[in-house]
Amino acid sequence: MKKKWYDYLWIWSLTYLILGFVNILFAWLGLLCFFIPLIISVTKGTKAYCNRYCGRGQLFSVLGGRFGLSRKRDIPKWMKSKAFRYGFLIFFFAMFFQMLWNTYLVFSGSQNLRQVVKLLWTFKLPWHWAYHGTLFHAGVAQFAFGFYSVMLTSTVLGLITMVLFKPRSWCVYCPMGTMTQLICKAKAN
Amino acid sequence: MNTVKKRRRAFVDQTLCVACGCCVKVCPLKAIEIFKGIMAQVHEDKCVGCGRCAKECPASVIDIREVQA
Repeated sequence: MKKKWYDYLWIWSLTYLILGFVNILFAWLGLLCFFIPLIISVTKGTKAYCNRYCGRGQLFSVLGGRFGLSRKRDIPKWMKSKAFRYGFLIFFFAMFFQMLWNTYLVFSGSQNLRQVVKLLWTFKLPWHWAYHGTLFHAGVAQFAFGFYSVMLTSTVLGLITMVLFKPRSWCVYCPMGTMTQLICKAKAN
Repeated sequence: MNTVKKRRRAFVDQTLCVACGCCVKVCPLKAIEIFKGIMAQVHEDKCVGCGRCAKECPASVIDIREVQA
């Protein structure tokens, strides 16, 4: 099958992850991965983002498929259940709003900027090397640290399930995928 | 002689399908598509049951069954 330009979007995903090590402010670009799928699902009522443009999914596909880093086993039944998928979406939302709250606290001046990336919502990794000060408010940087934490955490989870199960296992419980599917369902009714 | 023609075809468990579209990418006959961002749908007339989609599906919700032609 002939490859199209959008089949190379995994390069963008990989670049994004690397840029987060160079300058944390690049983390803001990750909002594209949030807004584009939402806009497509709301306006067109399709999951074209997942189906075609998701660089993260492609990255797992490349690593797990072409590079053979996946056991290619079936994902456990509970992981594809609606309860788990919706539960994970809610949990993800809660963590996201907590991150927004932290950003607000820095913006309001009641909390200092914390130059850490929180992995798996638990482990605080020092990340000061990727922050070189900014012309903007410290809150802008706080959001970048928080958002990069979300992106890195979900990549790590995706890599773990890629190795254990099929390459794109992440797609099964990806909160964006679950959310856009729900929007599409609502639109179709 | 009693010959019953049988052919193979992919079946999607649409209640569990996440509509990711991995199956669409690997289908050599364009016999599967995502219906309105909700689930995958197999074109019965085109599908020959090669099983590529079933192998690719990250949720493993596609299986190949024999059907009477």
